[in-house]
Amino acid sequence: MSTITVTVNGVVYREEIEPRLLLVDFLRDNLCLKGAHIGCEDGVCGACTVIVAGRAAKSCMMFAVQADGVEILTVEGLAQGARLHPIQEAFTEQHGLQCGFCTPAMVLSTYQLLARNPDPTAEQIRRGISGNICRCTGYTNIVKAVAAAAVKLRGAKASDAS
Amino acid sequence: MRPRAFTYHAPSSIAEVIDILEQHGAEARVLAGGQSLVPVMKLRLASPKHIVDITRVPALDLIRGDDGALLVGALATHEAIENSALVQAHCPVLAEAASHIADPIVRNRGTIGGNLCHADPAADFPLAAIALGAELIAAGRASSRAIPIDRFFAGFLTTALKPDEILTALRIPKPPPHSGGAHLKLSRRSNGLAIVGAAVMLAMDDDGNCTDVRVALAGMGPMPIRAAAAERALRGNRITQAVIVDAAALAPRQTDPPSDVHGSAEYRRTIAPVIVGRALKLAAERAGALL
Ligand SMILES: Cc1cc2nc3c(=O)[nH]c(=O)nc-3n(C[C@H](O)[C@H](O)[C@H](O)COP(=O)(O)OP(=O)(O)OC[C@H]3O[C@@H](n4cnc5c(N)ncnc54)[C@H](O)[C@@H]3O)c2cc1C
Ligand code: FES
Ligand code: FES
Repeated sequence: MSTITVTVNGVVYREEIEPRLLLVDFLRDNLCLKGAHIGCEDGVCGACTVIVAGRAAKSCMMFAVQADGVEILTVEGLAQGARLHPIQEAFTEQHGLQCGFCTPAMVLSTYQLLARNPDPTAEQIRRGISGNICRCTGYTNIVKAVAAAAVKLRGAKASDAS
Repeated sequence: MRPRAFTYHAPSSIAEVIDILEQHGAEARVLAGGQSLVPVMKLRLASPKHIVDITRVPALDLIRGDDGALLVGALATHEAIENSALVQAHCPVLAEAASHIADPIVRNRGTIGGNLCHADPAADFPLAAIALGAELIAAGRASSRAIPIDRFFAGFLTTALKPDEILTALRIPKPPPHSGGAHLKLSRRSNGLAIVGAAVMLAMDDDGNCTDVRVALAGMGPMPIRAAAAERALRGNRITQAVIVDAAALAPRQTDPPSDVHGSAEYRRTIAPVIVGRALKLAAERAGALL
């Protein structure tokens, strides 16, 4: 067994775990954070994406021990109380989801994409979310949602600055 | 799909890494970005008893100039290489290959060292490293040694590294003036391995004659290989569209492509000249050739 200390959505957890425990199982089963979904378990679908040390990571492709001492953000950490994060707002407004299975991961990939590139082209959006598979939407509304989220976040930044 | 149990080690120096590898021999396995090893362990194709996480060893991810050459640390991620100004200036074909690997999430964690050491015959960095004539720096107990890339791959998923050695860096010589490179691949998914892939580096003299060329192929055998016949058809000749087409047609010579769900051997032999031809044309244009 190994003991790890991780900060997830601002809360510090100290847990004893088996080294072979995948990060996605740690989040879902030990911490009861069910936003990271398990689709393929094979690194392809991206449904298990979370932000690890500021960078998107497929949590089925990591052992929880590798996250010792690290900060993690999951979709549960985005909203502030009842107020959705601007990216989440944009996904609801633009119908960027149908069944919602891919959505937490799409939202977090968008979070990383817009942090790196606040004003992406449609092509850059498609490349930016290419690690996340959606079997419902056909992606068109997801691309619209990401573009709308970019506008919202740029607006929020401009009003912060003024 | 869960791995067998193992003991986790997170050493903080190369010396400690080597100690643990020596102590546990074949039962130990290095873990870098985990983007190849974790799936292999989940499928239980490998079940190492000891996992040696090298990502806490400092400075193994550095990218820096070294006396005209470029040193790329084994732990440099695909993402770091894709966006490195140093890489883009010194050997843009390496950044191009990085940008063609998997997807942005995998590129955040996967490392060039892991990609090379996994030695997948369909992987992308081996091609760029072969085209660039890189040297791989391996650290062991007593000292470190440089392995020329042409002697690094030893067979399917096998390298020339000894069990108690790790790869610490790649050393990429400075490409000559009037040279250009390109990496291209055909794959089924945007984030999938190549069915056939190619990387080329090509250099010319002032008259547009090819002075040096290296062509590397993926998906055409049990390990990444050079297309020697295609290279011979170019070297010394004036680079024209026709010469490129003739050389590319020789790309499948002395290859042994597999037949699998992604394509038959015949399909790969048919596609290889197309991919190699496009890569050569792009590299020649980048080298300044007027085709
Ligand atoms: C969805 C998906 C798509 C992918 N698509 C592509 C693609 O298109 N092209 C491509 O090339 N690859 C692709 N890959 C593989 C990916 O690039 C991996 O990141 C890479 O092959 C392994 O690097 P890593 O750092 O994750 O290594 P790990 O998985 O940690 O290790 C891989 C192997 O190398 C050994 N190793 C690692 N580092 C060292 C070292 N420094 N010294 C000695 N041994 C070492 C390990 O013991 C292990 O055997 C894909 C992977 C996924 C999950
Ligand atoms: S469940 Fe992790 S990538 Fe599909
Ligand atoms: S909304 Fe159903 S998978 Fe994307």
